[in-house]
Amino acid sequence: MDWGLIFRSTGQAAIGPDACYYALAAAGLNVHIGYTGLLNFGQAAFGAAGAYGLAVAVVTYGVSFWAALFIGLLVSIVLALVLGFPTLRLRTDYLAIVTLAAAEIIRLVVRSVRYTATLGGTDGLQAFGDAFFRLNPFDGGSYTPLEFRPDQVWLLVCAWPLVVVVLLVTFLLMRSPWGRVVKAIREDEDAVRSLGKNTYWYKMQSLMLGGVFGALAGIVFAMSKQSVNPDDYGTRFTFTAVAVMILGGTARVVGPVVGSVIFIGVLQFLDVFLRQAIDAGLIPGWVPIDVNKVAIIRLIFVGATLVLLMIYRPQGILGDRREVAIRDR
Amino acid sequence: MTVDAPPSWATTIPHEPGVAKPDPILVVDGVNRRFGGLLAVDVGHLEVQRGAITALIGPNGAGKTTLFNLLTGFDNPDSGSWRFAERDLSGVPAHRVAHHGMVRTFQLTKSLALLTVMENMKLGATRQRGERFWGALLRPLWRGQEKEIEERADALLERFKLSHVRDEFAGALSGGQRKLLEMARALMVQPELVMLDEPMAGVNPALKQSLLSHVKQLRTEGMTVLFVEHDMDVVYDISDWVVVLAQGRVIAEGPPAAIGANPKVIDAYLGTHFAEGGGEALGELGPDERLEVDQVGLGEPLTPGGAADA
Repeated sequence: MDWGLIFRSTGQAAIGPDACYYALAAAGLNVHIGYTGLLNFGQAAFGAAGAYGLAVAVVTYGVSFWAALFIGLLVSIVLALVLGFPTLRLRTDYLAIVTLAAAEIIRLVVRSVRYTATLGGTDGLQAFGDAFFRLNPFDGGSYTPLEFRPDQVWLLVCAWPLVVVVLLVTFLLMRSPWGRVVKAIREDEDAVRSLGKNTYWYKMQSLMLGGVFGALAGIVFAMSKQSVNPDDYGTRFTFTAVAVMILGGTARVVGPVVGSVIFIGVLQFLDVFLRQAIDAGLIPGWVPIDVNKVAIIRLIFVGATLVLLMIYRPQGILGDRREVAIRDR
Repeated sequence: MTVDAPPSWATTIPHEPGVAKPDPILVVDGVNRRFGGLLAVDVGHLEVQRGAITALIGPNGAGKTTLFNLLTGFDNPDSGSWRFAERDLSGVPAHRVAHHGMVRTFQLTKSLALLTVMENMKLGATRQRGERFWGALLRPLWRGQEKEIEERADALLERFKLSHVRDEFAGALSGGQRKLLEMARALMVQPELVMLDEPMAGVNPALKQSLLSHVKQLRTEGMTVLFVEHDMDVVYDISDWVVVLAQGRVIAEGPPAAIGANPKVIDAYLGTHFAEGGGEALGELGPDERLEVDQVGLGEPLTPGGAADA
């Protein structure tokens, strides 16, 4: 057993690009589901909007990288308006159905043959981040004991502060009267309307804000792979983000980061640990685990852990038990 | 507690549906709302006197709550219009209605469970700078206003005897406390007209007395109150004027004493039991039947005027 490798690999994942963009995606969902009570099950669509907004603008239309970043965010805002306009007047379950379906529709349209020339089809689009990586001040060699590649270090040095900004904006908004209105909408929309608040517009603002956070997640994801691919933005993206949000603690400002670091860290730990244990012959013969099944077994383990968490700690890691008790009253 | 004498206007105008009031704050004209084949609300003309307490009574399904929903923009009528404080409010969405000075509460109390009592109160204040997205990010823009709002909320909590639960989650309050909170929160809007949908439902007698005095206090402060209530003790005790709705129509109007004696109202809503002391329906019965009616009743027969004496 190489414990050095296990911990290095776990640490690398826990502060790596995966943890970073899932934290962003979950921060967006936290605004939607946690604070406003908008059941958005299509966060992947906002991720795709950001990533493809950037990639298509650079690769297909030759826009500069920096302008394309804003185009990515703009696309996610337009998407929020398009999804929100017909659904936000209805009960929140309709939003869940529409966002889930919209995310799949967007994925299927993007991978369709018809638009390959523009959107890249199933091959996706590459080489849109050159302008960003040209600015990389880190040269060859390994950084920190965690052994990131120089371009990864450069991305992380830019992306984690972005996470901090996102959490700061969330914090500032949720302690303000704006946050009070949004949280009140989650509790009972009609009561808020009767008190003179335009709940429709608040929900739209919330959808746009969380959507922009989702778009940032998609952009960091795309930059870490240096490629966009339609199937990266499937339901798995959304539901991993939901799991991360719940794990960290719904409606907690730093919940998404805590959830993401732990979720991705544990996933990686199990992966390397199980492989090492099998190699070292520590798994007895009657346990049906081999190296080929590790990727699945760790997901089973994580799934079971989440089920136990929901039973014994439904408020998540940072949540407040009292709130769950009052909700169940 | 004795019942106040009715205001002079209530005795001088005719006691009939659709009668004009000397100083109406709310005027409803031809409001219709149909749910499929059912005509839920069909109000020809209705005026609500400014600065008075008006009760809206009627059997279940008479359209009382639907009328509330229509007037406050929570539902849209098939036809009709209404004016509030000389402004046409027909078709105005719910959130704008509150800005015009008309605020409602709900039959099923809507306290915002995971907000504290104080947050519930502060939500009621209108025109908050910190409720705008970009303004919210900059605390100095709204800190001063927030402080003013908090002081106003504290004063109201004091008055409604909720100060001790100020920082509790609203979801942790008792049913009665939530009723108080909802009424106090509505007052944060600083309305001219308060519309209460069954404010006394499910409230114990002691708390009912306190709610009653709060409602009377609103009138003293110059607000107009329109409330739906099934508890006739309450209606007789505090209302200056009673409007009776049955099958969507206004079937009678008048001061409480006159309403209690109105055969149409007895027929449609009160039942013969309430007619003691002037109702024709009861008078038509023989002495034995009269006894039966009293036995079937749910308690002491109510006489308009003396019911709420404690």
